[in-house]
Amino acid sequence: MRLRNLIVMLFMLLPLTVHAIDALPFKDRAQELRFQALTKQLRCMVCQNESLADSTADLARDLRNDIFQQMQNGKSDRQIKDYLTARYSNFVLYDPPLNPGTWLLWFGPGLLLLIGAGSVAAIVRRRSRDATLAAANTHTEDDW
Amino acid sequence: MNLRLLPLAGFALLIALLGFGIAWNQRHEMNEVPSPLIGKLAPEFTLPLLYDSTKTLDRAQLLGQPYLLNVFASWCVSCREEHPVLMAQAAQLGVRVIGFDYKDDPDDAKRWLAQFGNPYAMIVADQAGTVAIDFGVYGAPETFLIDAKGVIRYKRIGALTPDVIARELKPKIDALGREGS
Repeated sequence: MRLRNLIVMLFMLLPLTVHAIDALPFKDRAQELRFQALTKQLRCMVCQNESLADSTADLARDLRNDIFQQMQNGKSDRQIKDYLTARYSNFVLYDPPLNPGTWLLWFGPGLLLLIGAGSVAAIVRRRSRDATLAAANTHTEDDW
Repeated sequence: MNLRLLPLAGFALLIALLGFGIAWNQRHEMNEVPSPLIGKLAPEFTLPLLYDSTKTLDRAQLLGQPYLLNVFASWCVSCREEHPVLMAQAAQLGVRVIGFDYKDDPDDAKRWLAQFGNPYAMIVADQAGTVAIDFGVYGAPETFLIDAKGVIRYKRIGALTPDVIARELKPKIDALGREGS
């Protein structure tokens, strides 16, 4: 009896794991997975901290339908992304492309790391030199 | 240089950076994303007129003179703030102001305009919102300044205020006027 209640409760939890917001008639499972992967990489312009896959904004729904239609027409992920960036700028991509405008973004952290490593190395070298000098000094002081 | 001052200098640099961030945020809209369409031809469109859905307006018909395309909707809260500004200033801007009713029930839009007044020379209705996607619209109100050749010259995301009109829009319109003559 108690086990049956537990099973019923578990089944009641099931809808929570389903996250597709609209029922789009996908050709097959592979296309559905491709659609989900693509919309996860795209930003909803209305909420800006949500992906197109997650957002319930009106525009996000329109864009999801649009992307779905383009997939039916045989457009590649690249073409769909180009279509969206032409309208909404690179900001729609969660993964910014590598170009002169984003060099600082991509290489900035590495640059900071290099500067940090360089200053640590310089400090360590100076301290060890000072320590040797100090040791030499104590030695002479001992002599004196 | 005294090395002991280095942490203090670093701290001062950090304070300066944070101060700059705060000052920058106060002068800029955080949600605003520069449109990649500026300097490009406005997208092709053909849309029905709000007050006579048997007639349509397309991009070619608007060529020859600059115009302002103002995206609005009766459901849009900031449009209510913007509307009195347009009512007061649309006639003095020196360009035609075309209304772009975005994802709206035409009856709601007409009721809204009857209630608050109609500042537009013409109004097109994009009920499905597909043309708006081509224009990169992501939140009403948005305003595009399009020149006589059909090139988008300026875009405002968010409500037009007297300040924005005086500081940003009017100089752009005046520049178009000088080009034309």
